[in-house]
Amino acid sequence: MSSITKPLIVTRKLERNALGLTRLDYEGEMSTLCAGCGHDAITAGIVQAFFDLALPPHRAVKLSGIGCSSKTTAYLVSQGHGLNAVHGRMPAVASGANAANRSLTYVGISGDGDSLSIGLGQLCHAIRRNVNMLYVLENNGVYGLTKGQFSASTDVGSKSKRGASNQEGPIDPVLLALSLGATFVARGFSGDKEQLVPLLMAGLQHQGFAFVDVLSPCVTFNDHEGSTKSYTFIRKSRQEAAGFVPYQAEIATQYGAGSVQPITMHDGTVLYLRKIDEDYDPTDRAGAFSYVSERQAKGEIVTGLLHIKQDGGDMHDRERTVATPLRDLSFDELCPGTAGLDRLMDEYL
Amino acid sequence: MKPTDVSDPQYYHRVVDCQWACPAHTNVPEYIRLIAQGRYTESYLLNRESNVFPGILGRTCDRPCEPACRRGRIEAKPVAICRLKRVASDYRGDITGQLPTAPEQRNGKRIALIGCGPASLTVANDLAPLGYELTIFDKLGETGGLMRTNIPKFRLPPRVLDEEIDVILDMGVDLRLGHEITSLEAFLDEHDYDAVFIGSGAPKGKDLDIPGRQEAEPFIEIGITWLESVAFGHVTEIEGRVLIIGVGNTAMDCCRTSKRLGATDIKVMGRRGRRHFKASPWELEDAEEELIEIVENHSPKEFVLENGKLKGMTFAVHEWVTGEDGKERQEPVGEVFLPADRVILAIGQEAAFPWVERDIGIEFDEWGMLRVDKTTFMTTRAGVFVGGDAAWGPENIIWAVEHGHQAAISIHQYCRGLPIEERPPVGLNLISQKMGLAQWSYSNYYDFGLRAKMEHVDLSTRFESLDIEVEKGFDLEQTLEEVERCLNCDIQTHFTDHLCIECDACLDICPVHCLTITHNAEEAELRLQVPAPATNLDQPLFASGELPQTRRIMVKDEDLCIHCGLCAERCPTAAWDMRKFEFLQPYAGRSIEPVEELTHV
Repeated sequence: MSSITKPLIVTRKLERNALGLTRLDYEGEMSTLCAGCGHDAITAGIVQAFFDLALPPHRAVKLSGIGCSSKTTAYLVSQGHGLNAVHGRMPAVASGANAANRSLTYVGISGDGDSLSIGLGQLCHAIRRNVNMLYVLENNGVYGLTKGQFSASTDVGSKSKRGASNQEGPIDPVLLALSLGATFVARGFSGDKEQLVPLLMAGLQHQGFAFVDVLSPCVTFNDHEGSTKSYTFIRKSRQEAAGFVPYQAEIATQYGAGSVQPITMHDGTVLYLRKIDEDYDPTDRAGAFSYVSERQAKGEIVTGLLHIKQDGGDMHDRERTVATPLRDLSFDELCPGTAGLDRLMDEYL
Repeated sequence: MKPTDVSDPQYYHRVVDCQWACPAHTNVPEYIRLIAQGRYTESYLLNRESNVFPGILGRTCDRPCEPACRRGRIEAKPVAICRLKRVASDYRGDITGQLPTAPEQRNGKRIALIGCGPASLTVANDLAPLGYELTIFDKLGETGGLMRTNIPKFRLPPRVLDEEIDVILDMGVDLRLGHEITSLEAFLDEHDYDAVFIGSGAPKGKDLDIPGRQEAEPFIEIGITWLESVAFGHVTEIEGRVLIIGVGNTAMDCCRTSKRLGATDIKVMGRRGRRHFKASPWELEDAEEELIEIVENHSPKEFVLENGKLKGMTFAVHEWVTGEDGKERQEPVGEVFLPADRVILAIGQEAAFPWVERDIGIEFDEWGMLRVDKTTFMTTRAGVFVGGDAAWGPENIIWAVEHGHQAAISIHQYCRGLPIEERPPVGLNLISQKMGLAQWSYSNYYDFGLRAKMEHVDLSTRFESLDIEVEKGFDLEQTLEEVERCLNCDIQTHFTDHLCIECDACLDICPVHCLTITHNAEEAELRLQVPAPATNLDQPLFASGELPQTRRIMVKDEDLCIHCGLCAERCPTAAWDMRKFEFLQPYAGRSIEPVEELTHV
């Protein structure tokens, strides 16, 4: 908690994006999370991604469930639409909202409790439907809001603040998403925005379900020695698989041509991936799965854009739904009328 | 970039823009906070420590602090620092018993102070409590020097002058008014002073050597001499059309005084465009409020007389055009005649030393000024010191005060046989302002209030008499709003690198985007790494040592920091802390007293 709200000071120095907006226009209420919470850094990362992409803030939809992570939708893009769903049920609400109006930008924010425990089934099916949205899983490996119990993503052997050691195997969100056929799978770290912001930007541009698992240390209950989700542990064990080159100008000068892989996004923009490992191919799902698991076995945490599949076809493509948002359709278009209904009934009878 | 050494008192001092800009380094944020707490007396006394004349300066200071004020970089207008100083003076309680006193037992050293202006008075203020026997000489019949003779009563009431000067004189200073020293050699021979301080000001107004000057003599006044005559009641009226030549602060005092003495049509004539005018912007505004016309780009050419009587003046009119080389050039566009009955010359003033012999060991420079050491304020003759306008020409009151402080330190060293080049060190105190979780000892919220407007006496009544003070001073409501505008720049964002876990919380919350964590590089490159690039090169860049986890460094651009403390509130490890910085200045006989060892810095 802070003693004051952040004053909105617009100095002449503030950078403006293509819409003429400043970062302040993408911020929200003051965070009430603990000082130093990784979630706040992710919030700032999403704000930055929205700003850099010059997305109109009033056309954003922010959806979340329950938990510390789920509070954060209030802390960003205050002009956007927002909904706090029932615990773990955000993916269903997101699917419904997206079905009704596909012209908005959807961001779902959830945590390891909300997505991997109570809402695990919901997440799995949203991945299968390939709902066009950015899904951020703020992963701190602990139930912070209920004072520090182990969560479904706590590693075996990781210690609680009081010293108890976790015995149950974790659900790894990245491997889960890969096994379910997610079309965009990435892992970031709240303490490295240089990598996180481009990942979030790529996720926002991806046509389909963009799943980003973000390691986000809980400073209050899970940032101690013995924890595998602390700032120090993550920084020590983290490996970058595929980095991201945000500015095209840098490609030629900074990196050799062979180490950069261009990927054309649905809207025509090109992502440039800087590969740390020459052999890594993010379009190869099976390769990604084995790479991540092998490294995990060695105690390394792989981050970066791990898998991307461009021709997956999102929920609307598969269901062949109308392109116009439902609220823009007239009554005549929405209602088949008596004659139309009769024809439909004839098909079934 | 090397890690910033914040144990150097000058680093944080520079962050307190107002205090850094003030020649006497007045602790502005602290005195504003004291006002905010209703502790006017304490605020006044704190002011008095450094600037000696809070009541006088609260009305007349040149305010170098205000253009420097950080608030002016955040929004348009700085905090009304100067007029808040007046608030401390206006609302203060009884200060007797809280002022320095002279010991009964004198130390046996006798010092002569020549001139009774702010420089000499400051020397007296600093030396009297140390037991020195002080004698002040002034050729005029009253105290205060140019503060009394050149600043009109409607800007500075005599009671304010008397009060603050008397406090110093009451410490047993021997005052010899109406005592002009015409020969320094004779003076030095006759008396056996241990040291002499020359604070005789710059009392000679510059003349204008153009055709018709001699013939027009009866119709021409030298600005500062004329103001002096008005101040002493020798001149009580000026009639007809008056031209003031020059656009400095003296010109403003001349035109506004003319208005009160009966002039009907007053024009102030400037040689260049307004942005080159020497007068402070607020003084120009105050003159214009009194419906005085200020004319740009007119160079005086000739005094025109008819039958021995002044008819007016001709002026060359010109424009300033920017040439291809980017330099401004003056281009004549014609000539104009302006009728006038009287002309007042206010084109500058200088110090003059016809009373100082050239062969008594005191060296002069090529402009006829005394050769004075910039640090010690001593002339080339041991034991003879100089300060104020007499040292390097016209400055202002607050500079004279600082000269006085420094000269007093030198005199004190000199009289004890210690080397005067050895200056006592400056220091700092740095104390955490944390009172609890997200709770600070100061009002850390950024207040969006606009600068309070000084109320003036109505135009219809203010000209009735010369001594009606125009500015009313802030009322309590204005005061309470204005104090909240201060950003508390002395409450420093203090960073301890080994505590940082690089969670980015401070970077994300900073309202003005002045922080970044990045790999170390040259300063020029680091300045571009800050989210809002640190393009103001006048403002320092803070660089920490290496952070424990990634070996990157914390970088802060001091330029736009509003000292709201949110970085420290969001910091989980208290790597950021808000600490009150106090710049410790030595004065004669008083060395600095830090309250704690800064082992944790």
